[in-house]
Amino acid sequence: MNQPRRAGSIPGAARPDQPDLLMREASLDKLKAFLTLLPSMILIGVFVYGFIGNTIWTSMTDWGGSGAMALNPQKHFVGLENYIDLFTGFLGGNFRQDLVNAVYYSVMLLAGAVGLGMFIAILLDQKPKGEDLLRTIFLYPMSLSFIVSGTIWRWLLAPQGGVNVLPKYFGFKPLTFKWLSSQAAILVFNWQDILRILAYIAAFILIMVGVFLLRKDQGKAIKRWLIPGIVLGALVWIFGGLIPDALFMEEEHGFNLATLGIIIATIWQYSGYTMALYLAGFNGISQDLRDAAMLDGASQVGYYRYVAIPMLKPITISAVIILSHISLKMFDLIFAMTGPDNAATGHPALNMYLTTFRGNEFSRGAAIAIVLFLIAAMFIVPYLVGQYRQQGRR
Amino acid sequence: MKKAFAKMLIVFAAALLIGAPQAAQASDLKGELEIFSWWAGDEGPALEALIDIYKKQNPGVKVINATVTGGSGVNAQAVLKTRMLGGEPPDSFQVHAGQELIGTWVKADRMEDLTPLFKEQGWMDVFPEGLIKLIGTDKGIWSVPVNIHRSNVMWYIPANLKKWGVEPPKTWADFLAIAPKLKAQGVVPLALAQNWTANHLWESVALASMGADNWDALWSGKLSFDSPEVVKAWELFGKILQYTNDDASSLSWQQATDMVVDGRAAFNIMGDWAAGYMSTTKKLAPGTGYGWIASPGTTGTFMFLADSFGLPKGAPHRANAIAWLKVLGSKQGSDAFNPLKGSISARKDSDLSKYNAYSQSAAKDWNSDRVVGSLAHGVAANDTFKNGFASIMEMFLKTKNPQAAAKACAQLAKKAGI
Repeated sequence: MNQPRRAGSIPGAARPDQPDLLMREASLDKLKAFLTLLPSMILIGVFVYGFIGNTIWTSMTDWGGSGAMALNPQKHFVGLENYIDLFTGFLGGNFRQDLVNAVYYSVMLLAGAVGLGMFIAILLDQKPKGEDLLRTIFLYPMSLSFIVSGTIWRWLLAPQGGVNVLPKYFGFKPLTFKWLSSQAAILVFNWQDILRILAYIAAFILIMVGVFLLRKDQGKAIKRWLIPGIVLGALVWIFGGLIPDALFMEEEHGFNLATLGIIIATIWQYSGYTMALYLAGFNGISQDLRDAAMLDGASQVGYYRYVAIPMLKPITISAVIILSHISLKMFDLIFAMTGPDNAATGHPALNMYLTTFRGNEFSRGAAIAIVLFLIAAMFIVPYLVGQYRQQGRR
Repeated sequence: MKKAFAKMLIVFAAALLIGAPQAAQASDLKGELEIFSWWAGDEGPALEALIDIYKKQNPGVKVINATVTGGSGVNAQAVLKTRMLGGEPPDSFQVHAGQELIGTWVKADRMEDLTPLFKEQGWMDVFPEGLIKLIGTDKGIWSVPVNIHRSNVMWYIPANLKKWGVEPPKTWADFLAIAPKLKAQGVVPLALAQNWTANHLWESVALASMGADNWDALWSGKLSFDSPEVVKAWELFGKILQYTNDDASSLSWQQATDMVVDGRAAFNIMGDWAAGYMSTTKKLAPGTGYGWIASPGTTGTFMFLADSFGLPKGAPHRANAIAWLKVLGSKQGSDAFNPLKGSISARKDSDLSKYNAYSQSAAKDWNSDRVVGSLAHGVAANDTFKNGFASIMEMFLKTKNPQAAAKACAQLAKKAGI
């Protein structure tokens, strides 16, 4: 994107007939740029990467329990014990439930906010009357803080109020759905089987990538993706019993219906944001392109399906990245809507705060933080890699 | 203008006159005093009353009221912990008396022993012996309790019970006998709210199920958490949960109390701040408008919790902080604070005429009953246990498995050092 500017092209800098001076000028520029960036590099180095390092170190110690608050608390290195305990320990059940919740949150939030945002953007792209006003209205929820919108939604979704009594005004029976307090769960699975499930998911992804690439490069797709995927799936199917249980007892987790209320509130808050992203993208597509598509006989649906939305792939990707890490940081909304101790709607970020500052278990809290950090990296690193490759190709 | 000036003069003179006797005995302390608490909103005026007394006695001290709002101090404690770890303690901070203080701060060697102050002020005699045992260890006494709340109380509306034809249950067996009858009339037998109220209910049930001796043995490590007594308590708790409302997790404790007041539920077990709520906010008369008994099976036992203040090591203004603690423990301070807060005084000699009918009955029980510590409010166990117990409770509400819950508690107790 930003081509490095050549010093010679700057008017009044140095004349190209003096190469020596030019070189000196260029290195001086570099030095200035470096010195300008140095303070922020140091600050980021210490306050971001240094602290990440410190958190990783803390997560591998046993800092916690009584005596944790001493002026110089005793810490001993325990390796990965905290992580093992979180994923397989008897007392980590709540964390595992929170992790499952976070996965469902992320998926639902992404699908909902991107889908709804795109839909509204397409509607507004038809240039209805009062588009400006509508745009403002849809974007407005983003300006509220999560604590405020969480409190509003808490009232709206109260079991005996808000949404549930709406039908009464039209002469129907009130709803009885417990938006925030339902105990029921769907898509339940047993944590014992988590390794098997992960293997199945990996096989599924391999096969999907293979199918996707089939059109581009048949040989590579089959050799690299399809065959390993099918083999892995078959192996797990046949020899799945050999994979050790992650836990010594049954522990069921699933998609709790009580999280629906929180997902609705988050989608409400963020679909306006994705709408704005898409709308900007749609407006950036030249009218000529649209006219040409129409001239070729494309329908409205066809235009968006084959022309507009594929062109906005970068926007979709950045929306997914931003929303996925927002969904991983979710804290205040859940705190406002369902409170701190609520397994049905819990979230690892909330768990981390309570474990650290209420339970005084600093090492365990740090381990939760690192798990969240790694999951966020799972979303962002592929994106960054993709970006670098694109730049390299240019 | 002139009138206003004249008024100000009068006020000034009056203040001087009132202040005069105190000024005679006022101290010559100087500097600042930072008081760290989570008392804001409804509880703010009670704290102000204490600060007023302090200011009168120590006119030279500038009081900084560092309040961090948030229910039961979750936010305040997080702020406090970061400050203490950073080596910047306030002069005096609020904490629930008992293990919440001892297990966190005393074990970490961050508090000063207050035994000399207790002896100097004669508090060893005015505070009940059971209380001093619970706020102290063999190494000393660690905080000055400002108030006493009772946790094991069952609330009801007498008129409603008459209508439904039931009596307040004396034991949980009685409750389980009348609960189906209530359910048949479309009434929730026992109103419950979000997670911490389930912990609150559990401690009442467990106390009734295992008795006060076993309860104390549990927290001193003499009775293990996966012993049959505890499993039995979890079983009973599971049975009682069948008769609670299923939207509990989205209700606040006030809303659960509202269910009882509105006649949607028959009973509610809550601490005695519910009495303050019903008398002040709901305008019900204690005794006639609303009724109470000790929670089933716990008559003769007083499960207490208390707010207290301690003296951290390295407090920047130590002398000022000690003067503050003296106000907290004094009869004058206690009787100014508690009627406003809706709690009772920890002192045996408090002036009962200042309190309402409920508080008077609680004060009477406080002086005669066996005192045990509350789990849900930080007396019996330290922060690590309390926090872990909240997640065990969540798991139990989902799975209803008494064996697993008892086993998890045993592991947790090991980790928390009980």
